[in-house]
Amino acid sequence: MYVIEKTEELSQGVKSFIVKAPRIAKKCQPGQFIILRTDEDGERIPLTIADFNRETGTITLIFQEVGCSTRQLGRLQAGQAILDVAGPLGNASHIDKFGTVVCIGGGIGVAPVYPIARAYREAGNKVVSIIGARNESLLILEKEMAAVSDILHVTTDDGSKGHKGMVIDPLKSMIAAGEKIDLVIAIGPVVMMRGVAEVTRPYGIKTIVSLNPIMVDGTGMCGGCRVSVGNTNKFACVDGPEFDAHQVDFTGLMARQRMYLEHEKEERKCGGECSCH
Amino acid sequence: MLMSLRHKMPEQTPDERRKNFKEVTLGYTADIAKAEADRCLQCKTAPCRQGCPVEVNIPAFIKHLREDRPDQAVAEIKQKNNLPAVCGRVCPQEHQCEKLCVLAKKGQPVAIGRLERFAADYGLSCDCEPREVGAEPLGKVAIIGAGPAGLTAAGDLACLGYDVTVFEALHEPGGVLMYGIPEFRLPKSIVRKEIDGLKQLGVTIEVNAIAGKTFTIDELFEEEGFEAVFIGTGAGLPHFMDIPGENLNGVYSANEFLTRVNLMKAYQFPQSGTPVHIGKNVAVVGAGNVAMDSARTALRLGAENVYIVYRRSEAEIPARAEELEHAKEEGVQFHLLTAPVRIMGSEKGWVSGLECIRMELGEPDKSGRRRPIPVEGSEYTLDVDAVVMAIGQGPNPLVQHTTPGLEVNKNGNIIANEAGFTSKEGVFAGGDIVTGAATVILAMGAGKKAAVAIHQFLQEKHAVKE
Repeated sequence: MYVIEKTEELSQGVKSFIVKAPRIAKKCQPGQFIILRTDEDGERIPLTIADFNRETGTITLIFQEVGCSTRQLGRLQAGQAILDVAGPLGNASHIDKFGTVVCIGGGIGVAPVYPIARAYREAGNKVVSIIGARNESLLILEKEMAAVSDILHVTTDDGSKGHKGMVIDPLKSMIAAGEKIDLVIAIGPVVMMRGVAEVTRPYGIKTIVSLNPIMVDGTGMCGGCRVSVGNTNKFACVDGPEFDAHQVDFTGLMARQRMYLEHEKEERKCGGECSCH
Repeated sequence: MLMSLRHKMPEQTPDERRKNFKEVTLGYTADIAKAEADRCLQCKTAPCRQGCPVEVNIPAFIKHLREDRPDQAVAEIKQKNNLPAVCGRVCPQEHQCEKLCVLAKKGQPVAIGRLERFAADYGLSCDCEPREVGAEPLGKVAIIGAGPAGLTAAGDLACLGYDVTVFEALHEPGGVLMYGIPEFRLPKSIVRKEIDGLKQLGVTIEVNAIAGKTFTIDELFEEEGFEAVFIGTGAGLPHFMDIPGENLNGVYSANEFLTRVNLMKAYQFPQSGTPVHIGKNVAVVGAGNVAMDSARTALRLGAENVYIVYRRSEAEIPARAEELEHAKEEGVQFHLLTAPVRIMGSEKGWVSGLECIRMELGEPDKSGRRRPIPVEGSEYTLDVDAVVMAIGQGPNPLVQHTTPGLEVNKNGNIIANEAGFTSKEGVFAGGDIVTGAATVILAMGAGKKAAVAIHQFLQEKHAVKE
């Protein structure tokens, strides 16, 4: 059992849990994820590690309540426990001194970007961060991102905070202004990551995305998280989750993400038979 | 007497069982078990024992059954086999002990597997006393992977008096017994009971612990005080065919398909959280036990037509005879001498069909089996909405990649000798991670040998210290 030490609602439907998991806190690196299961009948849910504290043996998980399983997770309170937390999974981000690194987080994607941006900053890079959300109330980790970035741009779709528009807008402006960019890392909805990839592609700017396809075990066993990268199949759990954005087949990835949409509807209308009610 | 037929095991009728996940075969009653045990000749040579990878004293346990002592029969089996209720159900007995039975020469061999299952189930229901464990542990041993190889090694080492911890990556121990083999062939309650038996022997099982990620093998030695490590991580990396359309929605590896259903209970969705897609018509590619399990699972989940697509003929089918027979009875349709060419998809990215080509058999290949050759122009399309790839698994690389000094072969399997010694001192390996995908009982045999080798290694090590 993995005890939840603290819960916080970061924005509407987005929660942050600090969870006691000493073995994972000791080993994890920016870019890695865990898989949790709330109870006996629960789904195995992959979540990125948003932060960790090696002294207290805790990790921070940030998630959005989108389906039955995450809503059920969101109902847990401090002092309660998560049945299973396995990890750290996936490869750590390749942190090095590149020069200027642009860190882009969209929606809930800001959570995994945060420890990566911090690590790039600590490695001596100039970190320019761009975070965005549909509106101000959905924006998360602004203060934290500001603290680990040299420059922070904020965008919202409706203009309720920062620049009105998309996270790719400040990136385009930087490129148009002739600013030297050595690396871009983008994490968020697949559409957003594809957008970033298309912006940087013509300029040959190295761009990394972190993928979160549907997976079961997270250790390479099920093959469910396969994604075509440079025309070869990769498993996001063991070969990723970070990949060269210019090599990723985003169209295929988006189709696979929608695989269980019908089932999710079934969950919502199941009338209380499932454990999410 | 010699020519007499073995006793049939009662089972659910095909019509009944294809609608449920309950065990297909119901096991011998006490009367049938005794009558079947009476067929055993109790021959002194006991060739059956040579066919058993864990060397169960078969005539001895059968003698106990003849004399109405099922408790002693199971105690006899457990001398050698920590998981008899599992083995009694899933071992390919027809290729092992039963093949060598003297009665097999002129008629039907003694149904050793069914008798083992009878005795083991009796043992489970009467809660036999655990074997004695020495008070002071002889040392600390880590086992990586709670599958058949790891659990067997753990049980044997615990009996010898070691402090044993098993590290399992998933949330439940059992490995393929839990995530792979379906409930209707091996009830999970049986696996759990056998694992509880190991816990009673003092074995600690730590789940959600991923070797190579949560910790490394070196850390187990340096930071956690383990003196030997046994790696039994199995064959858990699914193979795909590299044909067009394999990333369409509705294409599963057998591992994913079976894990969703068995371990994650997708057949109870939405009461359980994990869904699985079946559709109306399902093609399963391959014809091993895993393929039969996948096909029969798809039927039970409500598929109308389930096809096995296999590129050789029935004579080469690798599945156990009993599983093949059961699959046929339940209505699985066989497209033999047929190979998939590509998977067709809908505009929305879902499987809409499987294009196949007919094959004929040519000269034998390296495997000794006749090589399938495509018949030009014989392509046809199977109308399916899901495809399960059950064409084998490779070794999972997590442990090998994070363990310096551990040698692997070109396939990524750990190199270990017959006893289980690897290239790294104190590290032993066995089962599918060494041999490639095989059977539960062979993995158990490897676990037993490694337990002996670890015991010897640690005794010598301690003797040198003293």
